[in-house]
Amino acid sequence: MLILDLGLNALVTGVVLGSIYALVALGLAITFGLLHIPNVAHPAMVIGGSYAVAISNSYGMDPLVAGVLWAIPFYALGVILYEFYSRSFESRGRGNTLQSLTLFFGISLIIEVGLVVAFGTDLRSIRAGYIGHSLTVGFIVMPYRFLIPAALAPVVIFLLWLYMTRTNTGLAIRAVAYEERALQICGLDPAAIKRHAFGIAMAMAALAGAALVITGPIDPFAGRAHIGRVFAVVVLAGMGTIPGTLVAAILIGVAESFVMTFLSPSWAPGVAFAILLATLGLRPNGLFGALR
Amino acid sequence: MKITRRNFTQIGLGTMAGIAAPAVWSGAHAQSQPIRIGASASLTGPLSGTKNLVIGYELWRDDINAAGGLLGRKVELVIYDDQSVPANIPGIYSKLVDVDKVDFLFSPYGANLTAPVMPFAKSRDRFIIGILTLAANDTIKHDKFFQAAPWGPNGAENWARGFFDLANGNGIKKMAILAADTEFSKTAAAGGRRVSEQFGMQVVDYQIYPPTNRDFSAILRNVRASAAEAVFVCSYPADSTGIVRGIQEIGIGDQVRLFGGGMVGTQYASLLENLGPALNGITSFHLYVPEPTLKFTGIDDFLSRYAPIAKQRQVDPLGFYIPPFTYAAGQLISTAVKATGTIDQAKVSQWLHANAVETIVGKMSFNELGDWTQRRVLMCQFRNIQGNDIDQFRQAGKQVIVDPPAYKSGDLMSLAQSRKA
Amino acid sequence: MMRMPLFIAVAALVAVGGLFLPLVVPNPFYFYAGYVVLQYMVIATGWNILGGYAGYTNFGASAFFGAGAYMAAFLLKAFGAPMLVQLIGAGCIGVILGVATGYLTLRIQGIYFAIATVALVVVLETLVHNTDYLGGAAGLQVLAPAPPAWFGGQPQYVFFIMLVLTVSAVVVARWIEVSWIGRSLRAIRASEPAAECSGVPTLRLKLLACAISGGIMSMAGAPYATYSSYVDPVSAFSLTVGLNALAMPLIGGTRSWPGPVLGALLLASVQQVATVTISSEFNILAVGVVLIAFVALAPEGLLGLRAFRRRVS
Repeated sequence: MLILDLGLNALVTGVVLGSIYALVALGLAITFGLLHIPNVAHPAMVIGGSYAVAISNSYGMDPLVAGVLWAIPFYALGVILYEFYSRSFESRGRGNTLQSLTLFFGISLIIEVGLVVAFGTDLRSIRAGYIGHSLTVGFIVMPYRFLIPAALAPVVIFLLWLYMTRTNTGLAIRAVAYEERALQICGLDPAAIKRHAFGIAMAMAALAGAALVITGPIDPFAGRAHIGRVFAVVVLAGMGTIPGTLVAAILIGVAESFVMTFLSPSWAPGVAFAILLATLGLRPNGLFGALR
Repeated sequence: MKITRRNFTQIGLGTMAGIAAPAVWSGAHAQSQPIRIGASASLTGPLSGTKNLVIGYELWRDDINAAGGLLGRKVELVIYDDQSVPANIPGIYSKLVDVDKVDFLFSPYGANLTAPVMPFAKSRDRFIIGILTLAANDTIKHDKFFQAAPWGPNGAENWARGFFDLANGNGIKKMAILAADTEFSKTAAAGGRRVSEQFGMQVVDYQIYPPTNRDFSAILRNVRASAAEAVFVCSYPADSTGIVRGIQEIGIGDQVRLFGGGMVGTQYASLLENLGPALNGITSFHLYVPEPTLKFTGIDDFLSRYAPIAKQRQVDPLGFYIPPFTYAAGQLISTAVKATGTIDQAKVSQWLHANAVETIVGKMSFNELGDWTQRRVLMCQFRNIQGNDIDQFRQAGKQVIVDPPAYKSGDLMSLAQSRKA
Repeated sequence: MMRMPLFIAVAALVAVGGLFLPLVVPNPFYFYAGYVVLQYMVIATGWNILGGYAGYTNFGASAFFGAGAYMAAFLLKAFGAPMLVQLIGAGCIGVILGVATGYLTLRIQGIYFAIATVALVVVLETLVHNTDYLGGAAGLQVLAPAPPAWFGGQPQYVFFIMLVLTVSAVVVARWIEVSWIGRSLRAIRASEPAAECSGVPTLRLKLLACAISGGIMSMAGAPYATYSSYVDPVSAFSLTVGLNALAMPLIGGTRSWPGPVLGALLLASVQQVATVTISSEFNILAVGVVLIAFVALAPEGLLGLRAFRRRVS
């Protein structure tokens, strides 16, 4: 009974954690998975989103509402950033992995330092009515501060998936990942499509930021812990599959949670990467990725 | 290729000259008058939450200089940023000693950053004061090292011992231990386990979790399943928050009477402000709290001068934890230098080994390893916290000292009882 | 272009010159600071063999550096091994790690290799955290034996070791560059399918580059234990090492050996000076801005900039 109790609780915790990871990885699933831009600054952007949400929260706004509202300015920021990125080298036709990685590394440093200068290095958290309470079903106890952001993930992912498969712009974003020239022939501007997609990814950062800051306090460097994990999620899912992101993230979350409960918590950070390395070695296209 | 290489050498030489330039400039400084004190502080990086310790140094320097300096000479601070990375430490301390020619050293903050300094200090035979560095001198045994914080002898194991004395005094039989995977925590956890067993308590749960862990549901469930009566927790700020929230959400069971011990973060204003009433009943260590049993000369004045500076620099507004001890570290130097009338490292060290010093955090006297002869780590229980206002922590009665007995300002209440109150 | 034997002779002369440096420069600080600059020269040179010549971005230089540092610390703690043995041990572990990571990921797109190297850092760090013998998160205090009397002190001694390493790494890098290996790697960088078609054994060559690159970066970590008399996961697997390893060649230029050396000299020196002068958040901010500026304005590095100007005029 005790083992079952612990196991079931670990499973639920893992699913919930995974959903939150999925939210954080979602923007990267677009930038890296679809646009092939290795945006290592994404976790830092998520933390930027968290701080933005925390500011609104200090005026009494609900963090989720704040996250949705902040998504709009973040979209605009994303568009500007992509414009800078493509002007920097993609338009020269010389964009290689090393340079993009370095560029985004630089951007993430600037975001972190910007946050330190603006808010100091103390932990920052938010207040909301549901923080500190939990939902009890049978012997499963789940805090709302995990449950609410976790519930957000499937909703956001479902909406994004609808957008990507049911609208013309969405289809164009997915097309740009495969064949840019074909898009041009159809009379669409690939640059505009990519700009739009990058904007959406940034908007996702605001939402993920809201989710993250609900779960617990953050500091300007909190994104670093996520860099590896979000890449692991995207690669495990298979580049560019939006629903796959959720499944992969939950897999990683559950694996971490089980290792934490039954082995030792100190091995948990290695789990995501062991999975990542195994994926790369055994099934490089990921769980749901098309063969390329 | 040839042109490239010539160019390459030119640039190389240019850079060399650039490196050498500060040496010429500071060489002239060495003979000038001020007494220089060198330190490294984590102004950036993960430990930069501790940068308020600089205010302690600065206020001490200002006080000394306002009173005419030391031996008639002004005091000057030389502080560099170690970015919280131990790899930067050897270079910084060599710069302090070899280039800046400082007279006295303060250690960086914490054990991991201090570890590379100790062999250096020993091989150069330099006087150095440890800033909250636990057990820094246990293996090196440097005779010119002094610890500013009250960890006491054999600190690595025993700094949180008050918690176990308290558990024993309250008749607790089943102990659970949770610790983050870092030296500070793990050593204390191992020490705690030994002490518990000496007291005849049963350690029913012993868990080490990674410092990046934020979700404590699984861990707290294990604790509850173990039916522990006391839970010793060695955590860092972000995990402390997760654990306190976890108790509130998952619950820990009514049988737990004593909870906390080594929760780093419960000393910081940002965390107190955030958690507010959720802290009620938790017992955690502290080095200074404004209770009537700890009224030392100068501490109130120090804290009132600290507050406006902290506000302006956006650092911890309360400043109870580290800054008073960096000020006191300065007082150790000034008192010893005044008493011996010299800045000779050996004489100052000898004097400090032999004499007690009155500081704003109480009277300090040192054993042969430079630790306080007696541990004075406080175990404080949070009581009657209402709302999230930070200024309430400036009053007495919010963090009641329950151990050590000599400084006690109240009796322990059980966790469940004090959370209901 | 200088002939290889002559180049080696010049390089050896530089190393021998290092023997006499303690007589000329009395202040140990410059050896502490110089050590760090040299260390980054070795790392950047090692990194560039795979990253620059073959175009495969290694994001996890710190995994190799850290593995080398811990290997050396382990050998020192367990057997009191002398420096040479530590260096060889570190080199071996680097080669093994390089081949293993390469074998897992090099058959697929380069970007996956980059991500796998990020993962490698975390896996190794977790491993060290969970190994009590290596001190876990607490770090490992090691007391190295006294250095040979000639050098007058530990910093002078490790500086000399690092100088020898630097010189050797540069010789290896240059040898690769001018030999058939370098030509093949450049072909891979330009177009992998084309290289394959013209009979270049791409996978084997990439593995070779991975092994040499990994070995050199790990050896750069070996003297760290002696230098700092303390190894901890934060320093050994730090983001700074990984970041610098790719930023330095990028700033200097990735096409040939002087690029990473120049980049390391500039960036590491600026960082060393900045640590003890500006000392604030703006220090890191400056690195971020410099990185972005170089990527945006001078993607071929300083040497590329010069070549570009020559082409124009």
